[in-house]
Amino acid sequence: MSAAVAVRRRPRASRGSRVLIVARTDLRQLYQSPDFWVPMLVLAGFFFVVAPAGLLWGVTHLSGNDLVQKMGSTLSVLPGSARSAINQRAPHASAAVKASYALAVYLFAPLAVIVPMTISTAVGANCLVGERERGTGEFLSHSPATERELYIGKLIASLVPGYLTTLVGFAIYSLVVNLIVGPHVGGWFFPTEQWWLLMFWVVPPFLAITLSVVLRLSARVKSAAASQQASGLVTLPAIVLAYAQSSGALFSHGIGNAWVGLAAWVVAVVGLHRGARAVTRARLLGVDGDLG
Amino acid sequence: MADAPVVDLHAVRRSFGSQLALDDLTFTASAGTVTVLLGPNGAGKTTAVRMITGALPAEAGEVRTFGLDPAVDGEAVRRRCGVVAAKPALYDRLTGWDNLVYAAELYGLGADAPIEESAARFGIDHALDLRVGGYSTGMKTRLALARAVLHGPDLLLLDEPTSGLDPESSRAVLHMIDQLAAQGRPVVMCTHRLLEAEGLADQVVMMEDGRTLVAGSPDELVRRVWPRPSVVVDAENRASLDAVASLAGVVSVTPVGGPVRVELDDASRVPDLVARLSLDGARLTRVTPHEPTLEELYFAVRSGALREPVAVG
Repeated sequence: MSAAVAVRRRPRASRGSRVLIVARTDLRQLYQSPDFWVPMLVLAGFFFVVAPAGLLWGVTHLSGNDLVQKMGSTLSVLPGSARSAINQRAPHASAAVKASYALAVYLFAPLAVIVPMTISTAVGANCLVGERERGTGEFLSHSPATERELYIGKLIASLVPGYLTTLVGFAIYSLVVNLIVGPHVGGWFFPTEQWWLLMFWVVPPFLAITLSVVLRLSARVKSAAASQQASGLVTLPAIVLAYAQSSGALFSHGIGNAWVGLAAWVVAVVGLHRGARAVTRARLLGVDGDLG
Repeated sequence: MADAPVVDLHAVRRSFGSQLALDDLTFTASAGTVTVLLGPNGAGKTTAVRMITGALPAEAGEVRTFGLDPAVDGEAVRRRCGVVAAKPALYDRLTGWDNLVYAAELYGLGADAPIEESAARFGIDHALDLRVGGYSTGMKTRLALARAVLHGPDLLLLDEPTSGLDPESSRAVLHMIDQLAAQGRPVVMCTHRLLEAEGLADQVVMMEDGRTLVAGSPDELVRRVWPRPSVVVDAENRASLDAVASLAGVVSVTPVGGPVRVELDDASRVPDLVARLSLDGARLTRVTPHEPTLEELYFAVRSGALREPVAVG
């Protein structure tokens, strides 16, 4: 009893979609586990705030530094469309300011991919195998919830922490970028059109594709540790793909990226639909193939 | 339809890989009764419970719960079942309250879900605001029981409900089960603890290797294994009991520790037996009817005293 912690809040039961009930309860458990979400917040804070703020401030304020001068020269490796956009935005700015603009708009894009995928993969990898390991899969398998409801509930519970962290991080990142770089390029400029596309059209389907694989693994493997390891390996190509696509989305314009995003959505829907079949009551009970 | 069994398993078969978990399992459980599935570990008791709710489908045979096929109407069946698993299957990071709310919501109960009442019924209401990870095993079992009855199930399935409990908590849990059954709820309970089933079971289903060895009420099974009346006899000088076997009406004599169990062809032989032994100089200290315990019954059945399945229901 010494480990018991008094909690006074007593939410009432409510009728509603079992999908949302499963998702909400999983999120509630996650909220009760600071040992899990604190490192994730630190990760997001580092990638969205600390690293960009440090780099951007350094580049814009230490223009005499050799390293910053070299960074300015790297603008030449950017695609023509990107260089043109920078020159349009700040035609008379110093090389250091242009470099900071390039960093803010083009080179931090992968952060928007790595953070949600890392967080959602960590949550998703544990969500089904965790039920089995804790024995709570027995409770769910005897409950009226269908396998599909459980799957979608778990999917939402895995997706929300990663995507929400990313959106909040994105908002803070926007603030940081505008506060540090904005005054040197004529005012607030971020998010750009390409970033909106990235955040709301490119990242979500890649996140869904990743989770469709991770949840399938979580339903099949024997332990949470195995699920984490396998998910890390399996999602690596997805992260690389999403990284490339996210960079591409920012370096180019036009309908092409919208089509790529659409294709990703289609793959995501198919992947999720097929992934739903991986969740069975036998797997929740841990008796899929052998005596549990 | 009033007499239709609540649970009806007929020739059910289920395997996991190469391991046969249920092999031709047959039994029924009727309304308002406590059915105890009795058997050693690995007998298939837990798998049988999983078949009843449809958590696992049968590979062969027929399962009917409330007259429905759980493999087809699983949601409707599970909505009417309350299950306590061998492990309490609770969410340790959530409070007791949150665990009950989760169950209430999954079973479609709203804000009027009787959470406090269910918890109070099993004496766990004082700990609802504590995280379950800090509960003792007994508290977890009580919370699992409260969760199982929260939605007013028509059938209770209890898998080793006293597993890991101290004797006092075990007794309390068994008393609660008895009360639930007294309210008319059919209960199917798995156990390998014979004493637990004693006095609680209206029907016993003895299982071994996934099969039904025998099924029936304890009295009925006792009559089947020991069809003739028996008395346990003891005397100051036990050598004086050696002559019992030669007395009229005595079918068999079996030593049970110091005393002997005397099987008679008819209960009316007892006065004559006592008189005869007394006349022969035996100073009797005990003459009591032999009422076999479930433990004796269990071992008698497992040793092959009664192998053919008994149809009940």
